[in-house]
Formats: sequence, structure tokens, C-alpha cells
Amino acid sequence: MDIHSLLQAVQGFLTNEIVLAVILSSLPLIFVLIYVLFVLYTEMKLAGHIQDRVAYMRTGWHGVLQNIADMVKLLLKEDIVPDKADKLFFRLAPYVTFAGSYAAYAVLPFSSIYIGANINLGLFFLVASGSLVVIGILMAGWSSDNKWSMLGGVRSAAQMISYELPTSLAIVIIAMITGSLNLQEIVKFQDGGIQNWLVFGGSLPLQQKLFLLPFTIITFVIFLVSSNAEINRTPFDLPEAESELVQGYFTEYSGLRFAMFYLTEYTNLFTVFAVAVSMFLGGWSSPFGSFMSGPVWGIFWFVVKTYVMVVVQIWVRWTLPRVRVDQLMYVSWKVLTPWLLFCLFAVGFILVI
Amino acid sequence: MSAFGSYFYNIFHSLYTVVVGMKITLKHLFQRSVTIQYPTVKKAIPERGRNRLFVNIDDCIGCDQCAMACPVDCITIETCKSTPDVDLGMTSKNTKKRLYVSQFDIDIAKCCYCGLCVWPCPTECIVMTDVYEFSEYDRHNLIYSFANMTADEITEAQRKLKVYDAEQAAKKAAAAAAPVPPKPEQPAPPIT
Repeated sequence: MDIHSLLQAVQGFLTNEIVLAVILSSLPLIFVLIYVLFVLYTEMKLAGHIQDRVAYMRTGWHGVLQNIADMVKLLLKEDIVPDKADKLFFRLAPYVTFAGSYAAYAVLPFSSIYIGANINLGLFFLVASGSLVVIGILMAGWSSDNKWSMLGGVRSAAQMISYELPTSLAIVIIAMITGSLNLQEIVKFQDGGIQNWLVFGGSLPLQQKLFLLPFTIITFVIFLVSSNAEINRTPFDLPEAESELVQGYFTEYSGLRFAMFYLTEYTNLFTVFAVAVSMFLGGWSSPFGSFMSGPVWGIFWFVVKTYVMVVVQIWVRWTLPRVRVDQLMYVSWKVLTPWLLFCLFAVGFILVI
Repeated sequence: MSAFGSYFYNIFHSLYTVVVGMKITLKHLFQRSVTIQYPTVKKAIPERGRNRLFVNIDDCIGCDQCAMACPVDCITIETCKSTPDVDLGMTSKNTKKRLYVSQFDIDIAKCCYCGLCVWPCPTECIVMTDVYEFSEYDRHNLIYSFANMTADEITEAQRKLKVYDAEQAAKKAAAAAAPVPPKPEQPAPPIT
């Protein structure tokens, strides 16, 4: 077996369609795993310094190895399944939740040349896979034989469903302006520099843009608020209200199953902010127009913009207290939805005239 | 304010509080942390703080005052009288030591750090130091022994004491048995 035929065999293996598909579709998974380490470190350090304390100085230099240590600890924990729990759903729930949140990575435009699945209904698919996360959480809460987990799960389902409405309305507004639900098309619409970003009105003639500007900014803010609620982050983290429900719907989980839920939370975090960045802040396009733009720069801009939004979200998390459940519903149905409906009509009106 | 007006007021007020809150947290983000990183940096403890006990056994006269003062009975002292031919030395307060201290154990696990043993000591040999990091893996290691007599020395001292006591008793018996000419009032013989 000489080197030539070995190389040919490797080349044949790599260009085989199925193998190529598997490799390319696992790239976001590798990205997610690396990103989770970074975001966990950022969160713990930011949380620490906002609270005037240092966080984790002893594992590794200034705590960089702490997350790895946490993961190792979670892997080595005993896997407890409560006796009276519904065993099938208890075991299935973390995977359903993670699958729902990871499926969204298929339609995220990381760069102009890389998008997992360039489907024309990208945004619709995103909302649908978010609902799968709701099912997973309900399964987790209901199947643990624990009143408080059930409460947490049901609260979480109510919260996520009622905040899907503002999210979907914001998506509809964007679809109206850009004329497409395909995320790659939406980002291409915003290519060319910071003035073309949809949060500032998109690449439309100046007159229309000036009128659209207030409405797109409102839509952006509302989208941020409702996506915070979608992913159960403070101030909307009732389902995992640590002081009330222990850990909410994942109280009974330990070890690797808990690690899956934890991973899901941070995966979701990246997903919703990646969607916000793609829809409003220009996705993979560079804010300087043609300077620093290109396929590889695209990934850089995408990740950096999303990361900045994640840092802002962490900052908000450690600023605000939790909202009550009735305040939560009030905000969703009586504030976010009416304002978005108003924006919808206004944007439609402006686009028609 | 009408209900309609209060609706808008609430919305803008809540947005405003979010922004104000974020400004405060941002300020704190760039302030110095107040954490003291303990094992590498230690805070100074007060000069008269009550922590681990220390006994300077060279000064101890075996008076048992500290053991009697202790509310939790963590000090165990056993002494042995010395014979007159032995010079045990002087304490730092220039008093003569007359007792061998054969056992001076402090069970520091029982100690409640009240400091009541420090005050009665006539020679100020038991003191509270500033040591507070003395955890052990085995609780028997927390019984501190301050006496410095070996087992042989103790048995030797006890043997000498017995012999001396026997001699004194014999002398007394001989003095009581033999006829003694009447003598004027004499002071009581010194207690040995």
C-alpha cells in the first residue's frame, strides 16, 4: 500500500458526499463546544467583577481551567433517576431540549460561504425549533416526580410560548422589509457597511429609511427583550429561579444530564443573539463596508458581534432582579405585542407609500 | 395620572431604570474587587486576639490554676513533688520552682478560646498566640503536650519522692518513739 493510493483513498473518503455532510454539519457543534468554554469564563468573571469580587483565581491562571473542571465534575457525578419518575421522558428530556436548540444552528449564516442549510424558511424553522425546546422543558419538569420541578416546567412553557409572539412579530417586520425569510438573504440585504444594517433601516432609499428608523429600533429592543425571555435568562428566569424553585425544572437532574441542560442554556443564548445579529446588526458583513470583509472575515464579524451582544446580556442579567410571573405575562401581552403590532402597521404603511 | 398615561409612564420608567442600573453595574465592573485572596494574602489579626494557646513550660510552677479556671476542662496537669536535694530552677518572675510538671496536656479541640486560663497564671506562662491555622487530619493530634519530662525521668522522680517520704516517715517515727528530753517550745518542723 504505497502513499499515493493511501492519499487517494483519503481524498475519496473526504469528498464522499455523506462524509462531507457529516463533517460540515458537525462544525457548529465544535464551535458550540469551544464557545461554551469562552462564554462560561466570561460570565463568571463578569459576574464576579460586577459584584466587586474576583471569581475563581486558583484553577489555572485566574480560573481559566475552572469550566473544564466543572465539566469533569459533572461527568463524574452519579446518575440518579428518581424512583417514581417517568423514566423514559426523564431520560429523553435533556436530549430533546438540546436537539431543539442545536437544530437552530443549521440555519445560522456564519459567513457568506458557510450556512448549514440554506432553506428559504430559515426564520420560520428557527421559531419552530424553539418550540421543541419548550417540549423538552415540559418533559423534564413533568417527569421528575417533584412538585416544584413541575411548577418550573409549566411556568417555563407559559413564558416561552407567550414570548414567541413578540419574537415572531419582529421576524415578520424584518421579513416585510427584506422580503425574505432566508437568513442568508437578510444578511446580504445588509451588506455594505453600518448604514445598511436593518436596525438603522436597511439598505433602502434615505427617505424611507428615516421614517423606518424609529420603528426598527423599537423592534430591535423588543426583540432583545423577548429573546431574553425565550432563553430563560434573568430577568426572566422564573423557571430556574434559584431562590424559589431550587433549580426549577431541572432540580432532579445530576451529572451529564444536568450538563446537557446547562449546555442548552448557553447554546440557546448564542442562537438567539446570533439571530438578532443576523436580522438587525448585519450578520457577517463588516460595518466598514469593504474594509475587512470577505468570507473568512465574515465568521470573525459574526462571532464578534454575537459575543458583544452576549456580554451585554450578561451585564443585564447581573443588573436586574427577577420579574414576577404576572409581571412577565403583562410585559409580553400588554406591552411588547401591542407595540410590535403598531410597528408592523407603521412599517407596512411606510413600505407601501 | 390616568390609566392610559400611567401605562406609558411605566414603560418608559422601566426602560430608564434598566439603563440606570446598567450604568451602575458598569461602574462596579471597573472598580477594584474587595476580595482578599486568602492563602496568599492574610489579613492582620488584632494584637489581643484570642487564638491558639501556648505554654512556656520552663515557667510553669504546676499550680493548677489554669486547669481549674478552664470552663471546658481541656487542661490536664499532673505534678510530682521534688525532693529538697533537687534544684528545679527559678521562674522568670524569680520564684523558686518546687514541682515537677510531669503532664501538661491541652486538648485544643475542646478549648473554647475564652482566655480564662491566662489570667490566673502567676508566672504568665500560658498565653494566647495569634496562630489560627492549625487544622489536623487526626483529632488526636490536637491534644498538645507541653511537658518535657521523659517517662524515665517521671518514674525516677516518683521513686525518689517515695524514698524521701519513707525516710521522713521513718525519722518521724523514730523521733516519736525515742524518749526525748523536754525542750522549750520549738517552731513546727518545716514541711519538706
